[in-house]
Amino acid sequence: MKEKPDVLQGTLVLMVLKTLDVLGPQHGWGIARRIEQISGDLLAVNQGTLYPLLLKLENEGSIASEWGASENNRRARFYRLTAAGRKQLRTETRDWEQTAAIIARFFEVKAEDLT
Amino acid sequence: MKFLRRFFIRLSNLATGRSSDQRLQDEIAEHLAFQTEENMRAGMSPTEARRQATLKLGAAEAIREDHHAEHSIPFIENLLFDLKYAVRMLLRSPGFSVIAIATMALGVGATTAIYSVIDATLLHPLPYPQPQQLVRIEDNLPGVGAQDVGISVPEWRDLQSSGVFQSVSISGHGANVNLTGSAQPERLSYKHVTPNYFAVFGVDAQLGRTFDPHDATPGFNLEAVISNGLWRREFGADPHILGKDLLLDNDVYHVVGVMPSGFRDLGSTNEELNTEIWLAAGMAGLPFPPPLRGSRQQSRVVGRMKPGLSIEAAQAHLDALVQSLKKQYPAEYPAQAAWTVRLTPLSETVVGSVRQSLILLFGAVGLVLLISCVNVANLLLARASGRGREIAVRQALGAQRTRLIRQLLTEILLLFLLGGIAGFAILFCAQRFLLRLVPETLPHINDIAIGWGVLLFAVAVSVSAGTIFGLAPAWLMSGVDLIGTLRQEGRGSKGSPGRSRTRQMLVITELALSLVLMVASCLLLRSFWDLYNAEPGFNPDRVMAIQTWLPGPNDPSQDAYRTATQEAVLLREILRRSRTLPGVQEAAIGDVDALPLGHSNPGQLPLIREGIETMDNQAPVIDSPIVSPEYFHLLGMPLLRGRLFNDHDIETTPQVAIINQAAARTYWPNQDPLGKRVRLHLDSRELLNSAEPAWTTIVGVIADARTESLADEAIPQIYRSVYQHPTKSLAIFLRGQVDPSAILGQVRQQVQDIDAQLPVFHAQRLDDVLSTSLSVRRFSMEMVAFFAATALLLAGLGIYGTISYLVNEQRREIAIRLALGAQRGTILKMVLRRGLGLAAAGAGLGVAGALIVSHIMAGLLYGVSPTDLPTFAGVTFVLTTVALAASYIPALRAMRLDPITTLRSE
Repeated sequence: MKEKPDVLQGTLVLMVLKTLDVLGPQHGWGIARRIEQISGDLLAVNQGTLYPLLLKLENEGSIASEWGASENNRRARFYRLTAAGRKQLRTETRDWEQTAAIIARFFEVKAEDLT
Repeated sequence: MKFLRRFFIRLSNLATGRSSDQRLQDEIAEHLAFQTEENMRAGMSPTEARRQATLKLGAAEAIREDHHAEHSIPFIENLLFDLKYAVRMLLRSPGFSVIAIATMALGVGATTAIYSVIDATLLHPLPYPQPQQLVRIEDNLPGVGAQDVGISVPEWRDLQSSGVFQSVSISGHGANVNLTGSAQPERLSYKHVTPNYFAVFGVDAQLGRTFDPHDATPGFNLEAVISNGLWRREFGADPHILGKDLLLDNDVYHVVGVMPSGFRDLGSTNEELNTEIWLAAGMAGLPFPPPLRGSRQQSRVVGRMKPGLSIEAAQAHLDALVQSLKKQYPAEYPAQAAWTVRLTPLSETVVGSVRQSLILLFGAVGLVLLISCVNVANLLLARASGRGREIAVRQALGAQRTRLIRQLLTEILLLFLLGGIAGFAILFCAQRFLLRLVPETLPHINDIAIGWGVLLFAVAVSVSAGTIFGLAPAWLMSGVDLIGTLRQEGRGSKGSPGRSRTRQMLVITELALSLVLMVASCLLLRSFWDLYNAEPGFNPDRVMAIQTWLPGPNDPSQDAYRTATQEAVLLREILRRSRTLPGVQEAAIGDVDALPLGHSNPGQLPLIREGIETMDNQAPVIDSPIVSPEYFHLLGMPLLRGRLFNDHDIETTPQVAIINQAAARTYWPNQDPLGKRVRLHLDSRELLNSAEPAWTTIVGVIADARTESLADEAIPQIYRSVYQHPTKSLAIFLRGQVDPSAILGQVRQQVQDIDAQLPVFHAQRLDDVLSTSLSVRRFSMEMVAFFAATALLLAGLGIYGTISYLVNEQRREIAIRLALGAQRGTILKMVLRRGLGLAAAGAGLGVAGALIVSHIMAGLLYGVSPTDLPTFAGVTFVLTTVALAASYIPALRAMRLDPITTLRSE
């Protein structure tokens, strides 16, 4: 079986925050599924690791949660982005884009550019 | 910041317990339900759907544990877990736990008790603000070898205005008074002080006020400040105490303030006792001598230097002042006396004679603590053999050694801590009773408190003892031979040679330590016994001493008792009337220096022998009591040569003196002292009368008596007659069947019939004085003896435990020997030999230690050499006997072993 790339902790945070930003309140399973769908199965989120992360984010105040009913009337805990979470998403997005841009530039560099 | 926040979240998680874990579990379950539903919708069977969902989720338990580790503090969690386990283990073997806890309670309790005494007396000698500014000021006359001669009022005023000090206070050395009018009459020690006394120390009253430094009267100003201890004890902490009358002897003072409980007067010396009343006095008028430059008063002078002034700078400044004063008053400061004023940091001077006793006690109690610890460590090792299997199993299941040690150490620490707390609790409950054992002559007795500081000490001692003595057992216990132990199945472990060796070493230590303690206590006991039975050289039986003080008005010409002739009239009348009191057979008079064992600072005078000392400043100093002719007969001090004083030795006849044997031996070796002439120069009392002191002829020699200290056989004394030398502070001696409670009133009435102004105070039986002078010695002897007995008991238990353990280990071997035909007597001997070997090793080490200790405490011994052979031999014998007796029981058990059953069971 081919190993799928593991998700970095920091990236997972960003994915969770962005998912909630785009889709609005979601329950845990919904978030997990959405990440899976978007990454197109290339990325294996060991789904269990999501929950400690959600707890941590909630402890840190980036997201909030409350009980609600799911689409098929199952009781579930819904997570939503708080104002602090939105702010965190903005900074993290900017940081990520910066990092990505730098990495991209490194890839573009050819040997003759450096002389 | 983020770290801190996370830490607090973790801490709150720890406190709230499993709530977040529960939620995680809920969410995971919910997730699985969603995923299973989804899978079923995709067409899987319910079982398969569930399986796939679980697979997709990952290892739920691992996630939970990771999460838990991240969100809590594993160290504390483990600690809590270990504690829970430790409590279970302690409860499982209650016998062991009770013995170990009781042993530690004894050790820590005793140590803490002595610590509380030391804390109050030695550790906080100067509980005043800015103590570094406080200095003791001493007037010395090195030219005549006289130290700390006191200060005169003009000199005090010079010091006050010298610019070196913020203020300078004078206080008396402390004396006793009778307090009447409180709950019950009590004898207390008081001190007369200059009104700025408390200002110098920088301590204010907790209730009311201290003396006003501007409120100076020449004599006593009839205001009193009392200690917190007295206020609570005698007045029930009455909040309306201010302004109330305090009847001290026959003088009425009113209370103006109560000092805070933390205030302690100077003087850790037992002569200054526990001052509980302070009276303000100007020291310049009645009943003090007139404020002449030459009339120094025995007193303690303490000054507070100006801020930022070093003691050297202050000393230099004072030296200059002294030089200029000497030039200004050449008559008062003769060159040969070489008057100097010396400053010493106050903290250095408050070292009392009890210090040695207390340090000895602390050492002794430290040894007891050490023995208790060793004993508990020994017990722990003994138990280790029973727990070998448990530990092996845990190790086999993957417990790391450090984890095991941590857990065992937690158990041991819990044991020690419980012991320490139990010891403290007992101490706390028994403190009233225990304080009664402390001699009253111990300074600061009211400040001994079993409080937070002491609790902290007890806990600190238990924890550090637990760590030190727990590490080795924990290390040895955790290091089991895994396979060996498990293979033995149910047969019980054989124990490791390392453990066994450690146990034997511990027992040897214990025996050695107890031998040291026993030797120390025996030496103290013998010293005390010798002192107690020492012939004092005078007969204190049925003798009462009552003090009085003749007034000394500011103007000497107004003094009704200025000359010896004037005073003699009064004294003869007092004596005549005293003899008429019921029960009185004999009466005599002396000054305070003549009061045996009852004074702290004997007045010393330079002794200039005719024809020997040509230079005054080479003269030795000598104690010089002043007595009436009947004194020697009343106290039963026999005349050896020459004659006693008689009624014809008066002011106008040649001056005569009587010396004791010690003086004769010291100053006229191999000569007949009778008829020799001496001069007692620089006597302030004499300066008042005759400008040129005449020669004094020695007319008699009396036998030596221990009037200065029971421990000192003979201190040279030169006695002079009260009819030739007037003195202000008088003691009336009465021998006979008198009623101790009534005699003071009777004498007071008689004396005040003659002169109503004379205070009469402080009646004491010489027998009481004698036993009080031994009270600190008795206390330390009793305590050390108690500690030694405890140590012996613990050591006995220790050797018993170790030998039992050895026998138990060798069960098989002994059984085989017996089966092969060994005599039972041989087995007994074999085991006893083991015990004897341990005892011999312990005794050898102990004797070496005891030799060191006994030399250190040589200063506390009397009449017994630090290497006293009978003591050492006797103690070693007792210890060996106890060790043998303790080994005998397990030896008997070994002897009676039934080889067949033993071998079968193995």
